[in-house]
Amino acid sequence: MSWRRFLAVLVARNREFLRDRAALAWNILFPVLIVVGFAFAFSGENLEQYKIGIVNTADNSLEFLNNPYIQFIPVENAAASMTKVERHQLDMLIDMRQQIFWINDTSPNGYMLERVLKGSGGEAYSRQTVSGRQIRYVDWLIPGVLGMNVMFSALFGVGYVIVRYRKNGVLKRLKATPLSALEFLAAQVFSRLWLIVIITAMVYLGTDFFIDFSMFGSYLNLLVVLALGAFCLISMGLLVAARIRSEELAGGLLNMVSWPMMFLSGVWFSLEGLHPWVQKLALIFPLTHITEASRAIMIDGVGLAGISSHLIVLLVMSMLFLFLGAWSFRWD
Amino acid sequence: MDKYCHNNAVYTEGHFEIKFMESILQVNNLHKHFQQVQAVDGISFSITAGKCLGLLGPNGAGKTTTVEMLEGISQPDQGEILYKGEALGKGFRDRAGIMFQSTALQDFITVRETLTLFGQFYPRTLAIADLVEMCALAEFLDRDARKLSGGQRQRLLLAIALINDPEILFLDEPTTGLDPQARHNFWNLVQHIKQQGKTIVLTTHYMEEAYVLCDDIAIMDHGRIIAMGTPRELLAKHFDDVVLSLPSGADVSRLKQMDDVDIIQRDSTIELTTGDVNLTVKNLLQLDFDLTGMQIRQRTLEDLFLELTGKELRQ
Repeated sequence: MSWRRFLAVLVARNREFLRDRAALAWNILFPVLIVVGFAFAFSGENLEQYKIGIVNTADNSLEFLNNPYIQFIPVENAAASMTKVERHQLDMLIDMRQQIFWINDTSPNGYMLERVLKGSGGEAYSRQTVSGRQIRYVDWLIPGVLGMNVMFSALFGVGYVIVRYRKNGVLKRLKATPLSALEFLAAQVFSRLWLIVIITAMVYLGTDFFIDFSMFGSYLNLLVVLALGAFCLISMGLLVAARIRSEELAGGLLNMVSWPMMFLSGVWFSLEGLHPWVQKLALIFPLTHITEASRAIMIDGVGLAGISSHLIVLLVMSMLFLFLGAWSFRWD
Repeated sequence: MDKYCHNNAVYTEGHFEIKFMESILQVNNLHKHFQQVQAVDGISFSITAGKCLGLLGPNGAGKTTTVEMLEGISQPDQGEILYKGEALGKGFRDRAGIMFQSTALQDFITVRETLTLFGQFYPRTLAIADLVEMCALAEFLDRDARKLSGGQRQRLLLAIALINDPEILFLDEPTTGLDPQARHNFWNLVQHIKQQGKTIVLTTHYMEEAYVLCDDIAIMDHGRIIAMGTPRELLAKHFDDVVLSLPSGADVSRLKQMDDVDIIQRDSTIELTTGDVNLTVKNLLQLDFDLTGMQIRQRTLEDLFLELTGKELRQ
């Protein structure tokens, strides 16, 4: 491994990317447009019914519980549910044994439910308030869209480019020099990796400017997740592009891996409602782990320890893709 | 032919000399096939250090397949290639300069940046200023490589091939698709490079290019070498006649009355081959042919190719 040759390819690839203004602009603009579009589309009124979490269900019946317009959800963990009240994901949390209820003091739904509770057998319940910003759909969506953007940039930016290089003979010319496959591939990976990190940061700032979304965790942790995720997906792109010569086939294969990930990795909607088999299947997608880990950081403020299983899976997948990709790589 | 394959006989300055010169590249019984096609079918030859060998043949003759095996880019199915007596190893990349028949360069980087990129790959390189002079790149050094003309592009690819100051240079159809002026410019560059003592292997289907640049020529067809030697030797060995050409209006049936000539009808001329020009001209005058517009030319490699294979070189 010669650092000199690695750096030469890295610099040339960076120049090519940064000078291709149209592609660069699209790489930055596309995710911003998606998020802004969705923020606009989902900014209308909420049609959901009221949601109340119940801990410590008691035997004594409460007339309130028969209200057909309220969804009652038994919950185990009072602390986690309290966080949901803070974020407006639950409108109220009731501890029936201790006869306490919690509402968010900024939530109109909480205020309404308090009136209903007092008027239908809950006079004895004591009121506790929490405060916190509402978690909107768009706040939930942002981590997924960041991950999806990383995915497209990684798969197409590396996979497609390598196939194009192979098809038009750039790779054959490089093969005739002392440059090794490892040096070449490492330069492609790192060139794309830092570009993805920079562009994702710009997309993050740009989107935040427009819609001011929530971030409860550490920026450094989010960087770790997205950078590792990008590395994993770039390696996947290398594997797809390791041998083929046709850009059409490459496009087809890359779409074949990216589209299921886009829909089944929980970018747009939670996987909880899906068939258990689909949920299991989603675990083989790197994007599922990226989305869940960054969502845990951004919405729940979880640290790296809390998402370690996702990080380990991403690391193992990266090594596997990278090894198989480098092993099966050919220049022409 | 065998003599030239194995003894490196050279023909210099009008007289035969059998010299035992250093053979830099030795090729023995090379075979290569792709699916059902036998692209190279048992060829052997050697290349003398400092000389230019031309592989001449029509499209599909196996020239590129052969040269890519010599470059170490593809592996032969059978046979061996020895560079200075040893199999092509990893170090060969540092000593060889390669210009492929078609190469794309990375987009959005300039000629200067392209040279810098390739320069970083080798332990020892020529200065960029030298390459710019050798290959006449000065006027477009800061242009995006996508925006070069055909001739400029080939000069850049030649510069890349020379960047590691190679001992042996492979040029695969370097002037195909260039206009005549660009082609002549390119030949001048190659002749300067030859003067520096580099060994050159050139493939071409232009007979004139082979004649101008090559010391030795191997004529290929159907994956085999069908003749090899210096251009003059080859012509002297196969031909002892010249070509008389008449405008196409001449009456062919009357020409056929003459003995000792072969008649070839071409698009715009009728060609007669003869070993005795004086006799043929006398016969033509006796038959009352108008000799206005008649031309006499020597046999060319094009004729040789037609003679050996029964088909024209540029088919």
